[in-house]
Amino acid sequence: MTIFAENKQLVAPGELLAEGSYFPGENTYREGNKIYASRIGLAELVANKLIVVPLKGCYIPRVDDFVIGRVVDIAMSGWIVGISAPYPALLPLSETSASRGMAARKDLTKIFNVGDLLMAEVIAFDRTRDPLLTIRGRGLGKVSSGRVVHISPAKIPRLIGRKGSMISMLKKMTGCEIIVGQNGTVLVSGGQPKNEQTAMAAMLMIEREAHTRGLTDRVSEMMNRELK
Amino acid sequence: MNESEVRLIDDNGIRVDGRRLDELRPIKMEVGVLDKADGSAYIEHGKNRIMAAVYGPREAHPKHIALAERAVIKCRYHMAPFSVEERKSPAPSRRELELSKVIRESLESSVMSELYPRTSIDIFIEVLQSDGGSRCAGITAASLALADAGIPLREIVAACAVGKVAGRVALDPSDIEDKQGDADLPVAFMPKSNSITLLQMDGSLTEEEFNQALSMAIDACKKINQLQIEALKRKYVSVKEQAEERQEPKEATA
Amino acid sequence: MSTTPQLPPVAKIEQKTVVDFLTKGKRIDERGLTDYRSIKIETGIVQKANGSAMVHLGKTKVLTGIKIELGQPFPDTPNQGVLTVNAELVPMASPSFEPGPPSETAIELARVVDRGLRESKALPLKTLCIEPGKKVMVVFVDVYVLDHDGNLIDASAISALSALMTSKMKQYKVEGGEVQTKDELVPLGIQNEPVPVTTAKIGGNMILDPCLEEERVMDSRLTVTSGRDGNICAMQKGGMGSFADQEVRQAVKIAIEKGKEIREIIRGATAKT
Repeated sequence: MTIFAENKQLVAPGELLAEGSYFPGENTYREGNKIYASRIGLAELVANKLIVVPLKGCYIPRVDDFVIGRVVDIAMSGWIVGISAPYPALLPLSETSASRGMAARKDLTKIFNVGDLLMAEVIAFDRTRDPLLTIRGRGLGKVSSGRVVHISPAKIPRLIGRKGSMISMLKKMTGCEIIVGQNGTVLVSGGQPKNEQTAMAAMLMIEREAHTRGLTDRVSEMMNRELK
Repeated sequence: MNESEVRLIDDNGIRVDGRRLDELRPIKMEVGVLDKADGSAYIEHGKNRIMAAVYGPREAHPKHIALAERAVIKCRYHMAPFSVEERKSPAPSRRELELSKVIRESLESSVMSELYPRTSIDIFIEVLQSDGGSRCAGITAASLALADAGIPLREIVAACAVGKVAGRVALDPSDIEDKQGDADLPVAFMPKSNSITLLQMDGSLTEEEFNQALSMAIDACKKINQLQIEALKRKYVSVKEQAEERQEPKEATA
Repeated sequence: MSTTPQLPPVAKIEQKTVVDFLTKGKRIDERGLTDYRSIKIETGIVQKANGSAMVHLGKTKVLTGIKIELGQPFPDTPNQGVLTVNAELVPMASPSFEPGPPSETAIELARVVDRGLRESKALPLKTLCIEPGKKVMVVFVDVYVLDHDGNLIDASAISALSALMTSKMKQYKVEGGEVQTKDELVPLGIQNEPVPVTTAKIGGNMILDPCLEEERVMDSRLTVTSGRDGNICAMQKGGMGSFADQEVRQAVKIAIEKGKEIREIIRGATAKT
């Protein structure tokens, strides 16, 4: 059994990561007894499993994900919501707290209209059907104000940080409310324009430098400078 | 206007541009050069200047082309009007349509398309300047753009052509060698799986010449594949170096 | 046939942010109302072409290639060379561009760039005549938009002009009934520098060089192209909104001023060739 990649080593698709009885984790694949990377990212060995933490990639929904999406169309009994995934999501009327009644098209637009931003949760998704959303739940519903930032979904885990450490630092230092969608859409609100701007700059910096060491310190340094 | 016939190989076996028979033209690649595309790569291979970009996976348009079990791959190879000697109409020619097809087919087996059913992965190749071997350079750039977009790949595909110049098998023919030579054999190759995914030929080759040419092409593809991986990593390595460098001075004074 | 386009793919509160900032005299990318994004011009990228220039206007990228070939003059201008401008909005430049024949946006873009070049007489068409009525130089200006982050018109025209200013061509002469050519390359002899300046109107505020996010909210835009001497040589209003009388006059005034600044940048970038 041999490992060919060092921990946190940058690997490219097709590069040999290990040989032997290891398990192929996310963004890797096995051929015979060899495991290869399938995406550009940082290689990691987790127990007996080889994974590649991706540096790029689109958002693929998972059940229970919190997402921030935009209404793009009105359907028969609900709304089509764009969640930056290759699949349009459906929010059925039954998954809102609006009172049931005649789901005529014009009634639907009284609740949400094209262009509205919604905070929702994914309640169903698989290979054969588009994602299904709900906005029944605490903290879910239409977004009425705030600044929107779009971050690459592959970088969201880094933005949140281990046990939420990175995002907590941003919130504390800027005093802003920051709501992070797993799909890469982030909402910043409640602060002075300068603070909101700094929070957004920090997020873009994290996105760009997610794969580097010492990022947390550099981000807090930058924010200190900007907020003086 | 007829080009006067040029002597393609001199007495020392040196070609018009100073290369030996088994030498590649200079190649430069840069990844992530466009802002809007999900992935992109720019390549200079000899005098070829080619931009490749990828969008996807995204919703399939029109809906009816979507496949239940995998992503659809769309590929468009297109030459800019100013890319060739005589200005070319921007409307796609039959050659561009044929190349779009064979290029798509050369990349299909590298993409793990079964991971994204009912979506579309769109590849765009724009030849800004053409000088022989543009479809190969296009494949090289497109495969990089797919990797840059974070699309899961079995491996990166490299491509190179071999020609026959003044009766000798010659690697990576330039435009003039292509036009005045006796054969053109473009090849796309995946080194890890040892698979040839594009193979075309026109001209005249003996079986022995073909075998020699194919070996030459495969070796060149392996070299190009190394350059592709370096280019892909370089983008991230440079960000890493710059970022960590900014931090260093502070640590030193502590 | 022209059809009302689809709504831009952006949430209403994102659009609102652009407008809110403007009511406070600011822009979302921290620029001043009349500031252009950074302009970078690279010439000579496509050496096989007679001339070429890639312009980076912020993140917008446009490459123009010039091809100069022998051809026939138009019947009504037998003593003049031919200038023809084409624009391609290639699909890689934006998720909203599709392959196919030029859209109305691409056609408008090409025609506005053409108007600026033609009406300012930047290209001395008479000097491009080789044999009156029979043989002239045809100058193909192909504008290739590679990355769309707003204000394609200005970026395209700056790109086309820079490419023309650095273009080289062979000299042709008719001797003994035959067209002779000298290998030595000479510049085209551009004699004016038409520079377009585009103003966008958003909720009553006028800003220059709209980025993509601003374009998605704008009511209308006005492009004013002016030449060396400050004379206006082309104008184009676009968008489904309107301008007030005073707004137009003010926009024209600012465009002529701004045009001078941009002209200097173009001159600087094209001087070394």
